[in-house]
Order: sequence, then structure tokens, then C-alpha cells
Amino acid sequence: MKPIQSKEEYQTYVDQKTPNSPIIKNCFNAFWVGGLICALGQIIFYFCQMRGMDETNSYTVVSMLLVFASAFLTALNIFNKIGKFAGAGSLIPITGFANSIVSPAMEYKSEGYVMGVGAKMFTVAGPVLVYGISTSILVGLIYILFNTQSLILV
Amino acid sequence: MDWFMIFKAFIVGGIICIIGQVLIDKTKLTPARILVTYVTLGAILGGLGWYKYLIDFAGCGATVPLTGFGNLLAKGAITEVESNGFIGAFTGGIKAAAGGIAAAIFFGYIASLVSKPKIKKQ
Amino acid sequence: MKKVGKQSYMLTNPINIASTASIVGPKEKEGPLHQFFDQCLEDEFWGEPSWEKAESKLVKETVNMAIAKSGIASSDIDFCFAGDLLNQCIASSFGLRETNIPFIGLFGACSTFVESMIVASSFIDGDFATNAICSASSHFCSAEKQFRFPLELGNQRPPSSQWTVTGAGSAILTKEGTGPYITSFTPGKIVDMGIKDANNMGAAMAGAAEDTLVSHFKDTGRKPSYYDAIFTGDLGHIGKDILIDLASSKGYNIRANYNDCGVLMFDKEKQDTHSGGSGCGCIATVFSGYVYQMLQEQKYKKVLMIATGALMNSTSSQQGESIPGIAHAISIEI
Repeated sequence: MKPIQSKEEYQTYVDQKTPNSPIIKNCFNAFWVGGLICALGQIIFYFCQMRGMDETNSYTVVSMLLVFASAFLTALNIFNKIGKFAGAGSLIPITGFANSIVSPAMEYKSEGYVMGVGAKMFTVAGPVLVYGISTSILVGLIYILFNTQSLILV
Repeated sequence: MDWFMIFKAFIVGGIICIIGQVLIDKTKLTPARILVTYVTLGAILGGLGWYKYLIDFAGCGATVPLTGFGNLLAKGAITEVESNGFIGAFTGGIKAAAGGIAAAIFFGYIASLVSKPKIKKQ
Repeated sequence: MKKVGKQSYMLTNPINIASTASIVGPKEKEGPLHQFFDQCLEDEFWGEPSWEKAESKLVKETVNMAIAKSGIASSDIDFCFAGDLLNQCIASSFGLRETNIPFIGLFGACSTFVESMIVASSFIDGDFATNAICSASSHFCSAEKQFRFPLELGNQRPPSSQWTVTGAGSAILTKEGTGPYITSFTPGKIVDMGIKDANNMGAAMAGAAEDTLVSHFKDTGRKPSYYDAIFTGDLGHIGKDILIDLASSKGYNIRANYNDCGVLMFDKEKQDTHSGGSGCGCIATVFSGYVYQMLQEQKYKKVLMIATGALMNSTSSQQGESIPGIAHAISIEI
């Protein structure tokens, strides 16, 4: 091999030395696990409807039950194994959001219940809430100004 | 129970996850960044009124992924603006998504009381 | 001691390594080197309420074990040079707070163990000390907590990522003794190869390892074949390959007698550790366990240990900084 002269050359060389993630296998696992979680949600949704709930409440119950399932599996030290196998398949559904709140809560218990559990709970999920909520407020404000939906849809 | 709808939820939810997996493997984005991207994208699509077509088509296949969470926030803000005016932009989002957020916080706290993290054996 | 070349030092009176001790965690117990360690833990908490406390206990027990093995009274030990990866080196300072031995905390990221041996050798050679302890530790869980994600987060580790070794190693260096001896050392320069991916530490540190390796050979006039074995600290599988390439590009072929402690520590396929082991504890335990025993059994007569470290933290990586590496080399002969 020729001596490496620049950082760029080294980066190119390193990229070619570093194995890639097995993307096809990862995508396949993400697909069926993610799909299964959503299908499970749909089944819960139908059960709610059968018990006479309206659509909005049914979707909320789906979210809460999936969040509970994710928290339960995280507490049993099982969720990280599912996450390792499924990647985005368990991260992208609301289960991943729940896991990102539960896992730091458990991790930082040793720093106490206020500054440990309470404060660190949002190390991963905090940004999701910040950006999600801020975007929703912007959407609301823009809606007031322009009534976006009717503009787009008409 | 509409089995075809469940099947559609499976397919659409799965595809949304595949897109996330490609982002993880190809861009080296951290999980937090991917979740943020999804929730923001969902809120924007919800604000434009487009996301509801996906929900009509795939039900939980669209609401369970985090884009659905973003959509719920945006849709909530719009609904509240319609009924309450200006203040609704601030109250609507969290109100609509409160179930999921509150559940995650509460169960997270309970989990920290009863369980300890363990090393990944595998 | 005399300086040779640009940055290497020959010890005219070689420093004796009187004893070593190593304690590792449960994952390392399943690895190929398990029979060389003094003790393998069954769980990562070791009866303590937190991983940080468990790591301090690792340091404490390992140092006590090394002192007991050496037969030297702890009151006769002049210095303790130790470090770890936790913020402000708390594993070492809390682990050693009851020793009553003057303590000098060191930080060289994962290169700390060899760094501590270099400093201790210099102190002993300069007659500032007769006996000194060198120690370094790391803990998978406390390192993940500090540098990466919570343990229970369901994320995937990329193939280039490494697994922090849970373990502590320590060695007692003395002025007199029957060997093995530290005969020379080459402290390394900080080398930044411009790598920014915190999941590819091996690539970030390989440049520093190559720099120190080549400097050592140039300064001392030795060739790779002078040594029975050359070990780097925690370059992992990817970094090891890169170092072999980089060294050959400078005209040194180390393929025959070179290995990496991170590669040796785990069985890559069975244990799913991706690119191999890392952390201060990696070279510390592999040296204190495996290499020291090989030296005693005279299976190796001349060994070069190059500990590698990535000089970064999570703030620097969030601010988009690249990862500078460092590598310190020490030669041990019988």
C-alpha cells in the first residue's frame, strides 16, 4: 500500500475497510416487525370499536396499550433484544418512543428519583417532544393565518 | 374485523419502518434524530392535511409509527384552533397526543421503580 | 534511562514487573482468554448498587490482589498511578481512596494502562520511588451510560462499533526483581486522522498506533522481528487491519507477530461484539492476565505493548470535532 497523504484519502480508505451494515436483512426484519406492531395496533383498534369507542379514543387506546407493552418489555430487559433484531421496526412505531423514555428512566435510577429518573427520562425522547410540539404549534399558527388545509385541498 | 385493513396496516407500517432502517444504515443518524425527523415530518404532513389519506388507507399502519404521532399533534392544534381560536394552537397538540405521552411517562416511572437494566447477553 | 532518537527511552536499569492481577466481567468470562484472568465476575453489578461503584470495586480488588501477589507490604509502595474512563476518573479515585498510598490520577483514554507504566517506570528509574502500582479499568455499562445510550434502549450497533471491556488490570513495578522487565518505552504524540465517526474508534486510533510504532522502531533501530509479539490495545478487527496496512506502507511488516487485545478478548462470531473489545480495561486485563503469564512461562521473551486511546468525549463529538488518537508503547523482556 502507498503511504496515506491526506485526511480525505484516509477517510476514503477507512470507508472501504469498514464493513457495511447488512441492510437487506435489517430492512426485512424492520419491515415485518414494524408491520406486525402496526397490525397488532389495528386489531386493538377493532376491539375498541366493538366496545363502542369512537375513532379518536380508539387510536388513543391503541397508542397507550402499545406504550404499555413497550414499557413492560423494556422493564423485563427484553425490548433491547427486539430492538437489536428489528432496528427501525421497533424504533419507528410508538413502541420506540416509549422505550426511549423508559430506558433512561431505568438507567439513571442510581442518580435518584428526581435528578436521575425524573430529569434523564427525556434524554432521548425530549427532542421528539420539543420538535413535535413546536411544529404542531407552528402548524396551528399558520392555520390561523392562511387556513392551510382549505388552501391546499381546494 | 376487517382483515384486509389489518393487512394494509401491516404493509404500510412495515414500509414506513423500512425507510427508517435505510436512514439508520445509510446516514448514521442517531435514533433520537430519526425519531425527531419522523415526528416533524408527520406534523408537517398532518398540517398540510395529507396524512389523513394515509390513515384512511392503512389505519394503524399510519397512526402507530411516529409520523402518526406528529400528525396527531398537528391535527390536534388545527382542531383546537377551529373551536378555540388562537390559544388552540398551543393547547391542541399536546391535548390530542396526551394519552401516549402521559402513558409513556407514567409507565417509564413505574418501570424504573420495579426493574434494573441488565447487560445485553447477546 | 537515556533518550534515544526522537521520543524513545531505554531503561539502563530495567524496571521489574513484580506481579499483575486482573478481574473481568461476565461477558469476558465467555471469551477465549477467560482462563488467564484471576477472577471472572458473574454479574456486572458485583453486589453494588451502581455500575460506577462496581467499577471502583473492580479497581480496589484488583489492586489489592496485585499487592498480595507481589508480597510487598502496601506501606512500602510509594505511588499509585491509575486512571479510567469515567468523568474525572472516579473509578480509580474512589476505588483507591482507602489504600493510603500517594495517588496520581492519569487520563490517556484507553491508553491509560501503558501510560501509567511509563510514568511509574520513570519515577522508579529516577529514584523517586522503589515500588509503584499501575492500574486501569473500564466497565461496559458505565461507559455505555456515559458515552452512548441507556442499556435498555433498543438500538442497533453498527458493524464497526466495539464492546467496552468490563475489567481492571493492575501491575506492581519494582526497582529490583527477577523480571519480566520493562526495558524501553515510546510515549506517543496526539495524531488526528480526521475521523469523526464515534462508532469507528479503531480507524480513528490506528494512525496514532502507526505513528508510535514507527517512531519506536526508528528510534531504537529495532525491527518488528525483534519482538516475539506486538500487541495494540483496542484497535479491534477494523483498526488492526488498518494498522497492518499503514505499517506496511511505511516499510514495516508486522503481519506475522502482531495482534490486538480487543481482537483477542472476545469471540467475534459467538459473542456478537462486532469489531472487538475496547476500553482502558482491555489492554490492562489482557496484559495482566494473558501476556504476563506468557512472559512468565517464557512463551514470549520480548513483547511490545502499544496502548491506544481515543481522546474525545460526547460533547466534542456532538460539536462535530474529529477524534484525535494517542498510542503509548512499552517493551517488556525477560
